[in-house]
Amino acid sequence: MSRLLGHRLFWPSAVLAALLLVNVVFTNGFLNVQMKDGHLYGSLIDIVRFGAPLILVALGMTLVIATGGIDLSVGSVVAIAGALACLRISLLGDQNSVGGVLGAIGLALALSLVLGLWNGVLVTAAGIQPIIATLILMVAGRGLAQLITDGQIITINSSPYKLIGGGYWLTLPFGIIIVAAVLALAAFLTRRLALGLLIESVGGNAKASRLAGISARGVLLTVYAFCGLCAGIAGLMISSNVSSADGNNAGLWIELDAILAVVIGGTSLAGGRFSLGGTVLGALVIQTLTTTIYSIGVPPETTLLFKALVVTIVCLLQSPAFRAKVLHGRRRRPSASARPVPEEKKASVSA
Amino acid sequence: MTTLTGRLRIGGQTIPRKYVPVLVTAGLFVAMFAAGSVRYEAFGTGQVILNVFVDNAFLLVVAVGMTFVILTGGIDLSVGSVVALSTMLAAVLLRDGWPVVAVIGLVLVVGAVLGLGMGAIVHYFEIQPFIVTLAGMFLARGLCYTIATDSIPITDPSFTAFAQATIPLGGELWITPSVVAGLVVVVVAAYVLHYTRLGRNVYAIGGSEQSALLMGLPVARTKIAVYTISGFCSALGGLLLSFYMLSGYGLHAVGMELDAIAAVVIGGTLLTGGSGYLLGTVLGVLVLGLIQTIISFEGTLSSWWTKIFIGALLFVFILLQRLISARRTGARST
Repeated sequence: MSRLLGHRLFWPSAVLAALLLVNVVFTNGFLNVQMKDGHLYGSLIDIVRFGAPLILVALGMTLVIATGGIDLSVGSVVAIAGALACLRISLLGDQNSVGGVLGAIGLALALSLVLGLWNGVLVTAAGIQPIIATLILMVAGRGLAQLITDGQIITINSSPYKLIGGGYWLTLPFGIIIVAAVLALAAFLTRRLALGLLIESVGGNAKASRLAGISARGVLLTVYAFCGLCAGIAGLMISSNVSSADGNNAGLWIELDAILAVVIGGTSLAGGRFSLGGTVLGALVIQTLTTTIYSIGVPPETTLLFKALVVTIVCLLQSPAFRAKVLHGRRRRPSASARPVPEEKKASVSA
Repeated sequence: MTTLTGRLRIGGQTIPRKYVPVLVTAGLFVAMFAAGSVRYEAFGTGQVILNVFVDNAFLLVVAVGMTFVILTGGIDLSVGSVVALSTMLAAVLLRDGWPVVAVIGLVLVVGAVLGLGMGAIVHYFEIQPFIVTLAGMFLARGLCYTIATDSIPITDPSFTAFAQATIPLGGELWITPSVVAGLVVVVVAAYVLHYTRLGRNVYAIGGSEQSALLMGLPVARTKIAVYTISGFCSALGGLLLSFYMLSGYGLHAVGMELDAIAAVVIGGTLLTGGSGYLLGTVLGVLVLGLIQTIISFEGTLSSWWTKIFIGALLFVFILLQRLISARRTGARST
């Protein structure tokens, strides 16, 4: 029991379960998953489907955060990728031509990759603090997206493109399949190959890993490029779902939700440690929270208050210090906290 | 320790390396102003600089609070929302006929209490400041919308009188009372940071919290104090913004936290804490303000080119700053 409680994914899982339970109480047939016309339907499927872009962005963000960095530009990359793909498709003679759509998607993803690399170059070659390096693209990228769409909302009517965000394949929403593929790729790269170890070592101590012969530059470029690519795919999904590109509002503030998802999933913002599974869980918690807000009928003006409340509760539950001080009493489990200075000593020092 | 050590030799004069980032920012600011003066007519006047202060007095105050937090190695994302909440509270309370002094007092107390709460959670429950203040950001913004979802005008006579007041400086130069308030905050904060125990503790914690703890410094009190200061400064910045806008609105100051962080970092302060000066923050705010001024002088930019232009200027500025400052040794930038 205590091992289960101590598992780092226990508390996010518990919160997810609690949120789902609230939904079950408020919504009839919440857990029902039905088969209609060969497609799976149901609230649970919808949560994963609508949460797919956030999961993707958060996956990329996880690796960046694991190196001790942060990427604020993902929201802008989301907007740029969607804008470019929609623009290319709107210029096609036949918007339903698969080749043309694939070309547009390829171009948009290539640009996302380049934008990610740009962040990586600023962080590695120029040595700018990541939060500021990516802030540049966050500000300029929004403008770039509007430049691509010429300040308008580009609407398209393309059934192959619609598949990415709104279509089905093998009974599942296509977005879920994309997420599963990216997750599998990321998990393979970081947990089966040495990349994950390199990322954690660069994030844990950049200087020590350099002395150990690890090329921090290559690792950092890779993670920022991957993060850009993930944001690009998410951008395609978001724009495909609504069949239009909005340079101004697509992916607005998604970076904050993504960072939140990463942290709820147990990855430290200080770097050196990450959990892909935790991030997926964190993103699902956030998406379920959004669903819950609608299903229990929280008035729109208090949704942010509700979100603040849940986020605070999740973070408090995850904090070993909070659990030691409040949930278990001060003295019962002194060894549970891995802090260098024990609580009693700390109190006497600061007194 | 992330303190910059060593000295840099420029033309026979030696200056301590710790001052280099601030000096580089100052030099680039002057260069930018000179370039603007060459390019645009009527740019190279003292009033342009003063207008930067007039238009950014609230950002200056907020950035001062942010400097305290960043110097301890933390970050405060809630400032923009607390600014919005302050304008909202002020507008609603004034509409309901509260006396001005009570409104100002209450707004400042609310800001400080929010900061205090976040600081206490950061310290006692050891949750990362980024996340605690992100939750604080949602909370304050949510409170704004709970109070009212639309913009509330401020019509109180003393508020409007204060908003429209100007202080002539002679020679057709003028500033507003908000600028005076901003500069007073800067001076007080500079004094606190460099000449009081609290200030030294802030630098010590930023350098190494563990060492500060072992040295017997009051880590808990100091960490909570910096978030309280930041909350207070945000509330004060919100009051200055409500003088500037004469309205309270939940959508005021969206994204201001990023402006404040950018100003602090442009001013040469490290996000890892322990190194940086308040003068740098003032210069950072001036740089951001001057970028806005250049764009308004450019005049014909569409809203998206404006964003691209701001990004490009920010990029050039930060890159030059990095290239000119000698590479830090031993400090890890995160």
